[in-house]
Amino acid sequence: MSDWLFFIEVSLAGLGSGALLSLTALAFVLIYKATQVVNLAVGEILMLGGYLFFAFAAGMGLSPWVAIPLAVIGGGIVGGIVERGIIRPMLGEAAISVFMVTVGLGSVLVGLVELIWGTDPRSLPNFIATAPLFLGEAYVSRKIAVAFVVAGIVVTVFLVLFRFWRGGVALRATATDQAAAYSCGINVPGVFSLAWIIGCATAAGAGVLLGAISGISPTMGIFGLSALVVVIVGGLDSILGALVGGLALGLIQSWTGTYLGGEYTSVVTFSLLIVALMIRPYGLFGTHEIERL
Amino acid sequence: MRMSDAAALKVAGVTLSFGGVKALRDVSFEAKAGSITAVIGPNGAGKTSVFNCISGFYRPSSGQVLLDGQDISALRPPRRAALGIARSFQNIALFRGMTVLDNIKLGRHAHMKTNLLQAMLYSGAAAREEEALRRDVEERIIDFLEIDHIRNMPVSVLSYGLQKRVELARALAMQPRILLLDEPVAGMNREETEDMARFILDVKEEWGVTILMVEHDMGLIMDISDHVTVLNFGEVIAEGLPAEVQADPHVAEAYLGSGDPAALMKRLHEEAEH
Amino acid sequence: MIIGTAKESYRADEALLTTKPQRVWMAIFLAFLVIVPFSVNDYWLYMVCLMTINVVAATGLNILTGFTGQVSLGQAAFMAVGAYTVAWMERDLGTPFLVNLVGAGLAAAALGIVVGIPSLRVKGLYLAIATIAASFILHFVFVHWESVTGGNTGINVAPARIPGMELTTYFQLYWVIMPVTIIMVVAAANIFRTRIGRAFIAIRDRDISAEVLGIPLLQYKLMSFAIASFYAGVAGGMWAYFFRVVTPESFPFMMSIFLLAAIIVGGMGTILGGVVGAVFMTITPELLRFVVEWVSPWVPNAGTLLSPVRTIVFGGLIIGFLVFEPQGLAEIIQRVRRFFRLWPFRT
Ligand SMILES: Nc1ncnc2c1ncn2[C@@H]1O[C@H](COP(=O)(O)OP(=O)(O)O)[C@@H](O)[C@H]1O
Ligand SMILES: [Mg+2]
Repeated sequence: MSDWLFFIEVSLAGLGSGALLSLTALAFVLIYKATQVVNLAVGEILMLGGYLFFAFAAGMGLSPWVAIPLAVIGGGIVGGIVERGIIRPMLGEAAISVFMVTVGLGSVLVGLVELIWGTDPRSLPNFIATAPLFLGEAYVSRKIAVAFVVAGIVVTVFLVLFRFWRGGVALRATATDQAAAYSCGINVPGVFSLAWIIGCATAAGAGVLLGAISGISPTMGIFGLSALVVVIVGGLDSILGALVGGLALGLIQSWTGTYLGGEYTSVVTFSLLIVALMIRPYGLFGTHEIERL
Repeated sequence: MRMSDAAALKVAGVTLSFGGVKALRDVSFEAKAGSITAVIGPNGAGKTSVFNCISGFYRPSSGQVLLDGQDISALRPPRRAALGIARSFQNIALFRGMTVLDNIKLGRHAHMKTNLLQAMLYSGAAAREEEALRRDVEERIIDFLEIDHIRNMPVSVLSYGLQKRVELARALAMQPRILLLDEPVAGMNREETEDMARFILDVKEEWGVTILMVEHDMGLIMDISDHVTVLNFGEVIAEGLPAEVQADPHVAEAYLGSGDPAALMKRLHEEAEH
Repeated sequence: MIIGTAKESYRADEALLTTKPQRVWMAIFLAFLVIVPFSVNDYWLYMVCLMTINVVAATGLNILTGFTGQVSLGQAAFMAVGAYTVAWMERDLGTPFLVNLVGAGLAAAALGIVVGIPSLRVKGLYLAIATIAASFILHFVFVHWESVTGGNTGINVAPARIPGMELTTYFQLYWVIMPVTIIMVVAAANIFRTRIGRAFIAIRDRDISAEVLGIPLLQYKLMSFAIASFYAGVAGGMWAYFFRVVTPESFPFMMSIFLLAAIIVGGMGTILGGVVGAVFMTITPELLRFVVEWVSPWVPNAGTLLSPVRTIVFGGLIIGFLVFEPQGLAEIIQRVRRFFRLWPFRT
């Protein structure tokens, strides 16, 4: 096989996992945009999505096409409960306190999953055909291709929604100025809940896709950390940043993993993060708030 | 110290912009040593921005700030504080996690010497320095500003007027040569305003500090200031003795779009009372 | 105002322990610490030493995060730096162990300054994430700088030695670890009696006004990073002498979260908080073990439940304290103290 073909295959695989990163990053951005909370539990919600799918499809024997929406809805419900139960009481607290609450939440979710399903990794029932797919001569795993298409569509839909749809505008207004949003008749608590529900549902969906590709385990939430790097580099409040940053990081991780070795991916990822922070502290596409005296 | 003709602080041709918007255009004025200079002007005129340029928080795109004739434009804010530029803030900036006493003590920071090792050991030198500071703060500042009763309270429980007074105390702990007061009596009732006026005058008379003050309360300005500078849309439009400025039709126009000084007075009093 | 005895009263007022009951309780507590190693078994002595090491690391983190407001999720990585420094100095230099502990602190502090540099550009969460990045990069270094770190297999650490004796038992090590910890906690408290501590708190509360009031931000933020890492380094160094082996997995990222959780639960921005938080969070998983053992006759395979239950309780404590008791255990202790006033002593 030619070097070029190999490079293209590696890149395609990278774009596939990059799309999943974008999707997970979208979950961060949606929640941050509306509520200014960085939800570190996104990774664990993603894991929970994978396990919910597993429970519905393998445990209860439902068709995957029923189990997928149920897993996504399940993620949304958890998001809604979390927002009402522990995030809203923290309104007005320091950003870092709320951040730590979500760290605690992540820990609780991991413990619950281990309690119910144990610590062993599992694979999900197949719902995507395994026959390989060829783009020209380049081989792509069909699962990765499907993940790429689905994630790409979802992120693009949100990008468009935020530009044109009224609800998206409400979310943006809430983000910019909560008091002003209130006085314009926007239901601010409603927007908060909605952002958490949609954000967590998105993460759960990403979990199903990721689980289909590489199986599920209680530690798969670590994927959220890579997605966090994406949003920090792309800008916490930028969907475009999530899309571009996710694809870019997917490519970079795939290249370093293949050409340098797997142990280099995290050091390259985090070095990039530090460089990006030093050059553009508020992300490539994020907005910088000016402080006044 | 008596008021003299020497300028203790000079702002020379300062221009400041925020992404195309000019907040200050070629602003020049000076504060004579031992005097009280008031800076007035409508909201958004650039008064706070001038203070920020003097204390170094904003970097003007051109122009200089001179302290006793020495150009300090290149110095970072902490250096300027160490040289004796002290200030209070329009939106109170007390440290909520500290008591009143610690907030005041913090002001002395730039004049103290304790290093990290001495601090960790609380060595003799550190202990002596802290004790001397405590005595000075208690006897010269807390007594003077009549805040003994609140010294151990957290600042967040204090009334607005008292918080402003603690801010003044902290600024005094900075051993100021120039004291910048940004709306020191905004939001205060009559009695609190009179107390504050008395403190400001005492600081000038007894401490010999040069004072620069942003205020909307025309009564206060007439009573205590020696000189007034008027800003509008980032430009100096008038200056002179308080009475001169008050009678200046340009000034009234800036506030109201009309040349009627009486209407100006009315408007200013309204603003002072919110 | 008190005149006449003013000098005396100011000095007394600036003391670390201002009331007689405080001093009496402290004396009782110190006496207790002397008795402990003679009265508990090896298992509990092990726990006490572990707690004590965590107290040092948490107190350092509290100075940086609780007092200076710079959130760090890299404290465990600095412990690792300290541990490796001790291991390396023992192996390649053979210097005395107190020198090695100081070396561990200094090495970590130097690195802490480097990691703190982004703090001038980025704040809050962005900074927290930069420290996460730094710890993953350090982990990579531990694995790959084999000539110093021994790679994945790590380094064995020779026992700490004083002339004529090797310190190998928990009992022996206790007499090193506990005094070092006490000194470091007192030193931390001392910082906040001086201008340096006030500067830290001012930076936490509002850094831009602190700067205008005369505090050079870069210098003080980096100083705070250096102190926190110094504490982590010394804690890691003691850890190395305690466990006698250091590997890249000795100080996982989870441990940084654990330490941050400890100061949240204990109380951010109070010295007492860092201490009780570290003790509480170290002991809780052990107490859960007793609970699980206790219920095992009734619950099938209770043993496998232990780890998930610990994880849940850990997360639950973070959430519970942040939502219901954001000032932490230290505030609860203060409330109890106020309730009992000066009981049982009179001033
Ligand atoms: N940090 C900043 N960024 C952008 N614009 C600013 C900033 N600070 C002040 N301005 C603008 O500069 C002008 C003057 O503001 P300011 O100095 O606060 O006015 P004043 O104190 O006279 O009410 C205003 O138009 C204000 O919006
Ligand atoms: Mg102003």
